[in-house]
Amino acid sequence: MLKLYDGALNVPKILEDWYSEESKSNYGAYIPFVGTVRSEDGIDGLSFDIYEPILENWFKAWQEKAKAKGAIIKMAHSRGDVMLHESSYIACVFSPKRRVALEFIDEFVEDFKASAPIWKYDLKDGKRVYALDRSTAIKGSGILA
Amino acid sequence: MVRVEFLGPIQKDALELEITNLTELATILQVTPEMAEWLENSAVAVNDTLVASLDVSLKDGDKISLLPPVCGG
Repeated sequence: MLKLYDGALNVPKILEDWYSEESKSNYGAYIPFVGTVRSEDGIDGLSFDIYEPILENWFKAWQEKAKAKGAIIKMAHSRGDVMLHESSYIACVFSPKRRVALEFIDEFVEDFKASAPIWKYDLKDGKRVYALDRSTAIKGSGILA
Repeated sequence: MVRVEFLGPIQKDALELEITNLTELATILQVTPEMAEWLENSAVAVNDTLVASLDVSLKDGDKISLLPPVCGG
């Protein structure tokens, strides 16, 4: 399940909803990852653009990988502005045994950072500034150069 | 006619071009001044599938997207 929200995520509700959805599914492990906007470099918050068609394809491919291990994944992300100490990203893995979920959440979140078509901007002094220095070129970039 | 969209922070309006392959697109964008900083670090998708080489033929109605460096979360 992939769900996008305008603005900050309601962390307790999303985690509880996901727990409730799977509480009778016989998974032994539920490993959530919650990303929170931290105060650094004088920012007031972060802002996000998302290209949904490719994000959905990317997520479907990870759903298939999870299924092959008997696991499922869920993810929520913000569009637009998210202020300090709010959450913009939650991902989780449910699996029969803990080891699969612990390893899978690591791989999934790392690939999310490197591949998901989401662009981050710092909100600072009333401006929205692309965070190029913290961004990663998608694998295969540069073919038009 | 194919449509070329520039995603995220690339501040450029979409283009409608009469081209039949990605090599032609590269030739056009390489002489577009505002694209100079983006071609080295942007990925390319054709009809929402990322491509790894210029060896892709295009047909009428195709959508090309340029994706600059990403940072979700």
